[in-house]
Amino acid sequence: MTKRCNRGSGIAALTALWVVAFGGVMAGSVSAENTETPANPHADIVSIGGSITEIVYELDQQHRLIARDTTSSYPEAALALPDVGYVRGLSPEGVLSMNPDLVLAEADAGPPEALDVLKKAGVRLVLIPDEPTAAGILAKIRAVGTALDVEARAEVLADDVAAQLERATVRADAIADGDRKRVLFVLSVEGGRILAAGRNTEAATVIGMAGAINALDGFEGYKPVSDEAIVQAAPDVILMMTRGGVVMVDDAALFAMPAIAATPAGEARAVIRMGGQYLLGFGPRTAEAVQDLTDALYGEQAHDAGSL
Amino acid sequence: MTLAAYDEIAVADPPDRAAAARRLTLWLGLLLLATMTASLATGAAGTSLWAALGDLAQGRALSRVDETILWNIRAPRTLMGALVGAALATSGAVMQGLFRNPLADPGLVGVSAGAGLGAICAIVLGAALPAGLMALVGAHLVPLAAFAGGWITTLVLYRVSTRGGRTSVATMLLAGIALGALAGAVSGLLVYAADDQQLRDLTFWGLGSLAGATWGKLLAAAPIILAAMLGAPFLARGLNALALGEAAAGHLGIPVQRVKNLAVLAVAGATGAAVAVSGGIGFVGIVVPHLLRLVSGPDHRALLPNAALLGASLLLGADMISRTIIAPAELPIGIVTAILGAPVFLWILLRRRMVVDL
Repeated sequence: MTKRCNRGSGIAALTALWVVAFGGVMAGSVSAENTETPANPHADIVSIGGSITEIVYELDQQHRLIARDTTSSYPEAALALPDVGYVRGLSPEGVLSMNPDLVLAEADAGPPEALDVLKKAGVRLVLIPDEPTAAGILAKIRAVGTALDVEARAEVLADDVAAQLERATVRADAIADGDRKRVLFVLSVEGGRILAAGRNTEAATVIGMAGAINALDGFEGYKPVSDEAIVQAAPDVILMMTRGGVVMVDDAALFAMPAIAATPAGEARAVIRMGGQYLLGFGPRTAEAVQDLTDALYGEQAHDAGSL
Repeated sequence: MTLAAYDEIAVADPPDRAAAARRLTLWLGLLLLATMTASLATGAAGTSLWAALGDLAQGRALSRVDETILWNIRAPRTLMGALVGAALATSGAVMQGLFRNPLADPGLVGVSAGAGLGAICAIVLGAALPAGLMALVGAHLVPLAAFAGGWITTLVLYRVSTRGGRTSVATMLLAGIALGALAGAVSGLLVYAADDQQLRDLTFWGLGSLAGATWGKLLAAAPIILAAMLGAPFLARGLNALALGEAAAGHLGIPVQRVKNLAVLAVAGATGAAVAVSGGIGFVGIVVPHLLRLVSGPDHRALLPNAALLGASLLLGADMISRTIIAPAELPIGIVTAILGAPVFLWILLRRRMVVDL
């Protein structure tokens, strides 16, 4: 060992000393407050998750919102709020920098370390269960209402949404089994590989609610599908999302794909496009989205909103 | 360091160069202390380090939020950034010395890929673990698995490339490429099996981030990284001699095989632990040693400690950018190091071509 390394270890020792000194000072500061903040009607809220933000607006509590996550793109007004990052990749200091009284988050928000830190800082964190079903939407609305201390409003909204879902379901159930269309939900066609929805996906649930059949049921989740499987699934209609109102793949490119072209949907050039959050978000607008999808699949029907 | 000073060093005589390298170590040490302090003082929240220290000095308690931000977010993150940066840069420097190739990197011999595979296994298959085991390891599952993946890769690599107590560096390189490809393929299989939420986690993990820094993770990673850092200077003479070729180094009385063993061990440990806690962060292992070789020459006795210091400062700087540029959200640090690192790397290559033929 030469002098040089000694110099290096001197620096290391200096650094260690600095760390220990700083750590000691910090560790000596343990605050004694550990009180739970009660629900406060004027609480400043950070909303994590597109459907939760929508519900906050539907409950007319948007004046309490101070920040949102990247997936909260509806209504338009929400985009003006500061963005604390993606729902699964939150920055804890970013959330704390907003000084929230309450953080409302979808159950799958993360990373877990970020949530732990928020709890340590004494921020009230409420996780909202997020089950992609009709019942799940109602549970979500009630949970947000409870967290915001506006249960009565939430009950009204939940009843309203339940009635809308009921109407959509009644119509879907009335479709004869022989007339049900086969729908292929295509998430993306990156590099010519079709990424499509199988069983137990939000897309499959919505397709079922709209009285149609999800064309692929041989696998779970969203997966790349071989061309042959697409042809075999024989969808009558292709369903795709738009992102922020932007069409990601135009008709010409979609129907030029050999696998798609060889299906009934390809021959009829039948494609339905809907906003991603609107179609798959499982929030207050889902019933409307289901009705839109049903209309697009089976033709318009007068919505007699007064009945039921 | 100004450009003029840089040229002065570049054309200086060897003895002056050694003195300059010592001065550089001192400056880099001071730079690291400054960067660590800056890292504690900056962030999305308006919490002021100085106000907090002032409060503490006068015996006033901090608010719970400020205390959390300084003590549970910035402090572990600062130390983690310094450790990971030092680990990546030193691993790169050791690797380059071992392979006598300025472009060698832990990524080359499959250590990073193996660690990545471990992490992906944990993310995708972790849900299938029995609940009791999950409760035991919980949040540490991904780092532990990444570390295990890096180690297993290294062990296999070693078994394949060592015959009769002698390690063939060329075989190791080829085996590393094969293992990297294998790890990549298995990762691909797992990605296919992953559900939507796991896929999103994988994407984020691959971009690298120090956001998950906690005291627990720090305590898990620090001993391994520090052991590798402290072991590295003992490799310096051996790596210097290896530049002449293995036979020549052997004639100089260098225990070549032992140097190789130690070097691989240090790289596997440091890289495995760094990948485990921070995901995929690129370019630090190549850019930092290169810059230093340009400034103070190829002598590993100066290069190894300097790489650790500069790597730590560089990663902390990148992390400060990632934490503040789109506040209150943050950018994954892998994106920042790639955006900063790639052009610097190209510039280094162009300069090298002017000075010597690569």
